[in-house]
Amino acid sequence: MSDTDLGPAAVENAAKRTRRLVEKSLKRRYRAERRFRAYGMLAVALGLVFVGFLFSSIISTGWTIFQQSYVQLDIRYDAEVVDPAGERDEQAISTADYSALIKAALRERFPDVEGRSERRSLYGLASDAGQFELRERVMADPDLIGSTQTLWLLADDRVDLLMKGKIDRDLPEDQRGLSDQELGWIDSLLANGRLDLRFNRAFFTNGDSREPEQAGVWGAVVGSFFTLLVTLLLSFPIGVAAAVYLEEFAPRNRVTDFIEVNINNLAAVPSIVFGLLGLAVFIQLFGLPRSAPVVGGLVLTLMTLPTIIIASRAALKGVPPSIREAALGMGASQVQTVAHHVLPLAMPGMLTGAIIGMARALGESAPLLMIGMVAFIVDIPGGLTDPSTVLPVQVYLWADSPERAFLERTSGAILVLLGFLLIMNATAVILRQKFERRW
Amino acid sequence: MQTSTLVLLLLILSAAAYRAGRFRSLSLVGGLRGARNLHSLPGYYGLLTALWCAIPSLLILALWHAVDGRIVTQMVVAGMSSETQALPPGQLSLVLNDVRNLVAGAIPPEMASLEVQAAAERYIRLDSLSRLAAAVVCLSIALGVGGAVWLRISPNLRARNRVETIVRGALIACSTIAIFTTVGIVVSVLFEAIRFFQLVPVTEFLFGLQWSPQLAIRADQVGSSGAFGAVPLFTGTLLIAGIAMLVAVPVGLFSAIYLAEYAARRVRAVIKPVLEVLAGIPTVVYGFFAALVVGPMLRQSGEGIGLDVSSESALAAGLVMGIMIIPFVSSLADDMITAVPRSLRDGSYGLGATQSETIRRVVFPAALPGIVGGVLLAISRAIGETMIVVMAAGLGANLTANPLEAVTTVTTQIVTLLVGDQEFDSPKTLAAFALGLVLFLATLSLNIIALHVVRKYREQYE
Repeated sequence: MSDTDLGPAAVENAAKRTRRLVEKSLKRRYRAERRFRAYGMLAVALGLVFVGFLFSSIISTGWTIFQQSYVQLDIRYDAEVVDPAGERDEQAISTADYSALIKAALRERFPDVEGRSERRSLYGLASDAGQFELRERVMADPDLIGSTQTLWLLADDRVDLLMKGKIDRDLPEDQRGLSDQELGWIDSLLANGRLDLRFNRAFFTNGDSREPEQAGVWGAVVGSFFTLLVTLLLSFPIGVAAAVYLEEFAPRNRVTDFIEVNINNLAAVPSIVFGLLGLAVFIQLFGLPRSAPVVGGLVLTLMTLPTIIIASRAALKGVPPSIREAALGMGASQVQTVAHHVLPLAMPGMLTGAIIGMARALGESAPLLMIGMVAFIVDIPGGLTDPSTVLPVQVYLWADSPERAFLERTSGAILVLLGFLLIMNATAVILRQKFERRW
Repeated sequence: MQTSTLVLLLLILSAAAYRAGRFRSLSLVGGLRGARNLHSLPGYYGLLTALWCAIPSLLILALWHAVDGRIVTQMVVAGMSSETQALPPGQLSLVLNDVRNLVAGAIPPEMASLEVQAAAERYIRLDSLSRLAAAVVCLSIALGVGGAVWLRISPNLRARNRVETIVRGALIACSTIAIFTTVGIVVSVLFEAIRFFQLVPVTEFLFGLQWSPQLAIRADQVGSSGAFGAVPLFTGTLLIAGIAMLVAVPVGLFSAIYLAEYAARRVRAVIKPVLEVLAGIPTVVYGFFAALVVGPMLRQSGEGIGLDVSSESALAAGLVMGIMIIPFVSSLADDMITAVPRSLRDGSYGLGATQSETIRRVVFPAALPGIVGGVLLAISRAIGETMIVVMAAGLGANLTANPLEAVTTVTTQIVTLLVGDQEFDSPKTLAAFALGLVLFLATLSLNIIALHVVRKYREQYE
């Protein structure tokens, strides 16, 4: 090199120059450092803002779901209407026109309302659900006929929106959805304490309905329960068995490699493709019923199996070889070693994986759309082959509805869904912390 | 006899077989005291008898159920008049539906024709006959096979080894389900897709620019042709996935870098789980968020600055999908960054580099292959994501690159084509399977490449 013959002064000069250059650039480099760091913080902040925004928008539209507007009416169980023949015949009582009782009570409350159309809008203040409740009461206790009861009955969804401040009173009449007259009646009821927000029992006990105030999540919750039951009963034993074979017994050869590649790929296949499989195989080929939890459970089983297998294998890997060697050394067979020693020790980890897989299955909706679990179903499903829907699909159905009152229902259903997910994930975390062993 | 009763009966029978097998093995050697003369523990003799009692009979029952509905239907059809039998398959299945509804009590008998009523009676008779036969066959198999094994019990019978062979077989069967699932997906999707390509040429499907799958009911209806050119769907999918990646990759990557390299341990312990909450939220919730919160918000702010934003814009769906994928990118990138050995960083610091220079020039390039793999996996998720686009993206196939307009995607079309009634001979239904095939192949190849890259990278530093 040419600078070997430079004198000490030249070397010092060069060193000074380098230092000057470095010092000159330091400011810029520190700025770049701070900028880079700021980008990182910005990204984290953005992520947190997204989380916050998502939850606040759902909670702010959904938290009112726990209450619903009820109107208090003095219902007179008019024998003329309920049981004109006076024979207390069950058939006659069950087919009587109970909405007439509600209408009469409303007329009594506002005696000066005249004319067909005005009366009809007055009747619109109470929900249709009231007549079914009255029928149930009379069917349970026929002695009510002829007496008078003061009852809280469901109000219409528009009344509910107004009570919750979701309809602006200052809007012009034609944009409000409630006429000035109806507003007057509502104010009069409010002033007498006859209109109030009470606990929303209907939402937690009813199935779906076209009327927002009557629609509830219970049908979807039961459907989800049946679907997940099938999923759990199939995917947990099969997943554990597959993991045990692959981890404890399988020789390393092409077949097991192929199985592993398959499992890893299935874990990343879009869920909707499983729906196509379910439609083509379970419904078209095997002729299983559409919209049934058993088919939904089968599809979700195939979808969650990879998750459970991967988690179970990790749990089996965590059991130290010394346990196996000790058991084998005592003369246990390989199957006995696994069944009596390895499996019990790996069980907490496997259960954690299963719960996480179930949580994923609970939130899954795309494949279930394919197998017809999007039908409008009012009845609470009673078994594995009854038509039903599941919670996330219920969210999807309500989100599609044009009525404004369904927005609150949608958020409410999401809150219920997130509540279940929270419980499941918390269980998994607790399970992991309680039983996790460090070897 | 109800199937559930039969299954219960078979289970009770095998429980009894367990007791009987165990008892016989013990009695052969003179009670518990002679148990050491047995090859296996007494329980294994019981287990062997019980397994042989339950497994063959349950398998036969499952097989019976798989075919009996079809055979009964065929026999019912064979019993109907020759005119009915000569009906085209579509109408015949309508008649059969009437029969089934009548059997299930869904329609009152007065409403059905005489022939349907007769067929329904025949159906009920044959069905109960089939159930009875199934019960007789299964119970006799359970008793016969279980009894034969029970008779063969002797002190020298290697019961434990036999039970273990059965257990091993069951384990192997369970682990091959993954293969069968893949095969099932490929076969079912491919089979229907091939039927679709017989009706619509592959080239038209892959390169056609028009997508309007609505088929006319009448021949003279306007727009009755039904066009199946999928290019607008592919571009729409890529547009939304692209927007999603524009959100997810920078945010995910930078938050991973910050959390892995800068953040204090305690900050990381709090923030990381909070971000991962995003990964646990069901996609339908994101769909709700995109359709009813972000979509209207974008539309309003667009109006504010004089832009015409569609209420089902690609932007809304893409943004929300990006949010969904953030934790996916960030946790994979985090893994990759923490896997880069400490020595590389120390070397860089030793040469006087600042922390950001170390990250940009040393850590990031070293982690790059793994991060690329992670991003590929994220793209595959974005392409296959369904609920967000079904709820927030449009239905009209729009060939555009403008993110403010509504576009439709492959998954949206699959859902719209298949929700509701399906006819498996119309190109409209079959088109969904062709789209499914494209989706499956695209995500499969992305996954294979990504898994390969990630695995290769992991091995590099291990």
